[in-house]
Amino acid sequence: MNTALHTLRTIMHPATRHATLAMMLLALPTAAAFATDAATIAQHGNGRGAPACASCHGAEGGGQAAAGFPRLAGLNAAYLRKQLDDFANGTRANPVMQPIAAALNESERKTMAEYYHRMPVPAALSKPVTRMPADHSLGARLALRGLWGKQVPACVACHGPHGIGVGAHFPPLAGQPAAYIAAQLNDWKQGTRHNDPLALMQHVSSALDEQDIHAVAAWFAAQPLAAKGTTP
Amino acid sequence: MNPRTAVCCASIVGAGLLLAGCSHPTPAGTVVAAPTRSTSGTHVAAATGHPPPGVNQNKALVFTPPPESAIPDDAFGAMVRKGEAIFTHTRINAGGFVGNDLNCSNCHLDAGRRANSAPLWGAYVRYPMYRAKNHQVNSFAERLQGCFRFSMNGKAPPADGEIIKALTTYAFWLSHGAPTGVTLAGAGFPKHGFVPPEPPSYARGQQVFEHTCALCHGAEGQGQRVAGTLVFPPLWGPESFNWGAGMGNLDNAAAFIKANMPFSRGGILSDQAAWDVAYFMDAHERPQDPRFTGSVAATRKTFHDTKMSLYGTVVNGHLLGSAPAGKTGVH
Ligand code: HEC
Ligand code: HEC
Repeated sequence: MNTALHTLRTIMHPATRHATLAMMLLALPTAAAFATDAATIAQHGNGRGAPACASCHGAEGGGQAAAGFPRLAGLNAAYLRKQLDDFANGTRANPVMQPIAAALNESERKTMAEYYHRMPVPAALSKPVTRMPADHSLGARLALRGLWGKQVPACVACHGPHGIGVGAHFPPLAGQPAAYIAAQLNDWKQGTRHNDPLALMQHVSSALDEQDIHAVAAWFAAQPLAAKGTTP
Repeated sequence: MNPRTAVCCASIVGAGLLLAGCSHPTPAGTVVAAPTRSTSGTHVAAATGHPPPGVNQNKALVFTPPPESAIPDDAFGAMVRKGEAIFTHTRINAGGFVGNDLNCSNCHLDAGRRANSAPLWGAYVRYPMYRAKNHQVNSFAERLQGCFRFSMNGKAPPADGEIIKALTTYAFWLSHGAPTGVTLAGAGFPKHGFVPPEPPSYARGQQVFEHTCALCHGAEGQGQRVAGTLVFPPLWGPESFNWGAGMGNLDNAAAFIKANMPFSRGGILSDQAAWDVAYFMDAHERPQDPRFTGSVAATRKTFHDTKMSLYGTVVNGHLLGSAPAGKTGVH
């Protein structure tokens, strides 16, 4: 947990950081000793090192935009399951999630993936929290047309219209925190995240520069989500 | 600006030497002579991306179409945009003539701009053309009509109607500054000299499919849609191109796949893998050839009498074309 807390400290805004730390510390001691029930793990942790998911991903699974914690509610179960497994086995290196995923046993990882998959997208996320970049902005162009000169197709060609997500391999980008999207693109670029099928995202990310990453992350963060959750 | 005046502004560069051009900051495309492989010793990139194997680039001119931002804001530009919209959202904008789930841009990538996926600028300057497919000189309009009939499993829009006019205008605009009557580098699919090292195999193709295609195109090749929108196009079955389409020929499919699939990672498959998976894809049922004569054997003899078509042949005990997928024609 120390590394995790340290990382939180370095990546979060001070105000959010304090609130989140307080929540995590509150959550830890109340965790049931042998928790396997998904709702219990989400709200209190499993008592064996995995803290409450809700402390970072929100009570409704909507994530925290300011801190860059992603929404989990409504995501594809197979996708979530793979990410938890990959955190645990290190192919998705992340100092916060690695120890947490490793503290969940296999059946807990499966249960949590299904739990968040079934959770409805919080109504608050139906309206984007950030302002929509202009139609002809760099972000819009990358998202909708790509950068074919560098063999980068439109993001929506795989992630679906507005980035609502497609199937088990192409997660939603719409409404995810810009900081989260940008961090993932940078992780692929640097190779710390390398759990993508056919190295699709490592390849795409390596063609993007900092400005591209910033612009495209902002565009997707500003896309509206249907409140009921259209993700498969 | 009026794109008709833009033609003068293409810079024609031969062997790295500027021969002609003018100084307007304008939208016309650019043409460059690609060095030959033999003299330069380097693989010359076509307009975009890397050179696919087997593409004959000797003396081929490299052309870059004008950027989308250069579409003029006038009545002509509106027709260009209309053509682009039909090309990228075909069902929505040409509904009555489309019988499947595909868009033109599913096979002609980057809205018909991408080299080695039969770009519109590579096609426009080659028509009218004699085609063995129907033993006639075909106009560009007739070529477009053929795509609706076969690739889109639909019916031909009238040659003098708005749909063909808009698509032609879009192709014309993309080709600004390109010389006519030549095969530009990256035109068509790179199938020249592209042959399988060994005869293609269904079993190997199935493995390639499962490893490198199914995650997008679906385990049954059915494609994937979300919220009513097609994202990954089907590769066979009722919503795919029909038995008369060019993609049903192994050489077209293998060359397209080698250069462009897996999507965004074109070029990573071996030549053998590209042929194997093309064979696997084209050995599945799809909608009937609209020229069907009533007998698979006779239809093969008249329209598919080539080793490149599996129609009317038996693969894995099944006579292809004998149980075509789904309905035929526009629905
Ligand atoms: C299923 C894939 C597919 C779809 C969908 C498709 N095409 Fe094609 N298209 C092809 C193939 C294959 C060729 C043949 C290329 C060759 O022979 O080199 C081709 C050729 C063409 C050509 C001639 C290219 C040349 O260089 O001579 C044009 C023009 C064209 N298509 C336009 C369209 C239009 C317009 C649509 C939509 C109405 C469309 N295509 C839909 C696969 C497709
Ligand atoms: C990352 C996702 C992805 C992978 C992997 C992928 N494709 Fe595609 N494929 C696409 C997309 C997206 C399109 C449509 C392109 C567009 O509209 O811009 C497409 C188009 C096609 C088409 C032309 C349209 C059609 O449906 O007939 C064929 C053929 C095709 N792919 C074959 C393959 C084969 C074979 C493989 C495996 C070697 C493969 N693809 C791997 C995403 C993928």
